[in-house]
Amino acid sequence: MPPGALNYPLYAQFGAVAVVQASVTPAGSLHVAVHDVAGARVLNVIDLVLPSPALGADWRLAVHAASDEIEKSVTGERGIAQTRVLYEREQGIWIVDSDGANAHPIPNTHFGMSPAWHPNGRFVAYMELPNSGHQAIVVRDLAGKDPDRRFTAHGTVNLTPTFSPDGSTLVFASGDDGTDLYAVDPFGTERPHRLTIGHETSTAGPTFSPDSRKIAFTSSRLGHPEVYITDADGTNPVLLTSSGIGEQSYRSDPDWSPDGRKVAFQSLVSGMFQVMTINVRDQSMQALTSEGRNETPSWAPDSRHLVFTSDRSGVQQLFVLDTESSKTRQLTHGTRARLPAWSPHLETAK
Amino acid sequence: MFASRRSVAVLAITCVALSACKSKPAPPPAPVAAPPGPAAPPPAPPRVNQDSIDRVNRDRAAAAERTRLALAVASARATMGQQIYFDFDKDDIRGDQRATLDAKVPILNANPNARIRIGGHCDDRGSDEYNLALGQRRSASAKRYLVSRGIAESRIETVSFGKERPAVQGENEDAWAKNRRDEFEIIAGGDNLKAPR
Repeated sequence: MPPGALNYPLYAQFGAVAVVQASVTPAGSLHVAVHDVAGARVLNVIDLVLPSPALGADWRLAVHAASDEIEKSVTGERGIAQTRVLYEREQGIWIVDSDGANAHPIPNTHFGMSPAWHPNGRFVAYMELPNSGHQAIVVRDLAGKDPDRRFTAHGTVNLTPTFSPDGSTLVFASGDDGTDLYAVDPFGTERPHRLTIGHETSTAGPTFSPDSRKIAFTSSRLGHPEVYITDADGTNPVLLTSSGIGEQSYRSDPDWSPDGRKVAFQSLVSGMFQVMTINVRDQSMQALTSEGRNETPSWAPDSRHLVFTSDRSGVQQLFVLDTESSKTRQLTHGTRARLPAWSPHLETAK
Repeated sequence: MFASRRSVAVLAITCVALSACKSKPAPPPAPVAAPPGPAAPPPAPPRVNQDSIDRVNRDRAAAAERTRLALAVASARATMGQQIYFDFDKDDIRGDQRATLDAKVPILNANPNARIRIGGHCDDRGSDEYNLALGQRRSASAKRYLVSRGIAESRIETVSFGKERPAVQGENEDAWAKNRRDEFEIIAGGDNLKAPR
């Protein structure tokens, strides 16, 4: 065996599929070699410049990017380490790394709720609910270059913002008498225009399908909240979740998976909210949680992990669920955290 | 000056009391030669006394009227501030809540420059986000009721706080019922609130 080469047969005996060698060069770059054990060869080499300071926020994101690359080399699926989660805490918007580290408030997001990511990972939208009750949608540049943009459609009620998959449209709920969905170019100057017509019922919580053609949302038009799907222009609303038999139905807070296959939502089950998914094609439903009160799911970019709000440990916190293994881990600790939004894959430098 | 009847009376009583303090009975007075002249008429109460009395009475009446008015205004403010309550997941005005809304109408009519803000609230059981929309329906519902009773739409602003500003903490029906509410706040023209006639 040549010097420096890996002992592939030994690793094969351990049952390893891949071996990762990582080192930091004198110049401060991360150099990673991913080896295919069965093929006894190097599968991929990743060289990443590591931002300073070491252990800082950007440095962590870069190391996580390498981790996602490694995962892609080995499994074909990019990992979700290079992502962050927005949430509401202490009447403001906070952000945390995918592994729970580096949780901190985003400055000047007082009275912020319901955060949402722009697909480019640089802008975020949230609803501001000050003591006057005058709600507005705020679009914030996390890179700090653009000033805040504010949107209202109708008077004082403007809530639950979301961006379209290409980032060209911001959709939110608004109304004087009931609420409907409104759409606006978040970087343009036109006024928001109406999408849905709910006839004084409540429509809120929009989420786009990844192909941009449909929007799922919560509506009370049946007399109690259910999840509907409409064309992206607001026409042809169709009930997605069917009314349950017997106990009072309450289904809300949908989030469409990035692969388009499922919509996650929360549903009242025996008096407690649980996180459920519904298969868009055949409408089969599955409960993902059972312990405590679980709500407001948000998909990770891999359409496999979800973050949601749960009170199972007492005070509400964010938990991450792997829908393949059913394992959960607690993402946040401390004061109450809720209303999470999982980012897209993030670029290291903004 | 207080040369009042009261002082004269005190003086007279003092004289009688002093004369009653003698240790032995006085001998009957010898008849005097000249009978005393007619008794001097009691001094008329000076005019300034009657004016003062009248003024005091007028002041008292005015103060009583101010108190009555202040109470009426305070009562009107309290009536304007009274909350109404809703059933779970509902925004329709319950029959037992109508009187509370009706009582606000004459006050609004007596104060045409007053504007109010109705805030809709929910208990903490439903979805956080959906409750923001439900709160909006609750405030719109009360606005619609008042408008149907003749109050101009432009005088009423509606807002929603969902479940974000609970009035009462607690995980029981009593707390929940108190949180499912509309709150009413005078946001303009309330400084010199007039009570309705």
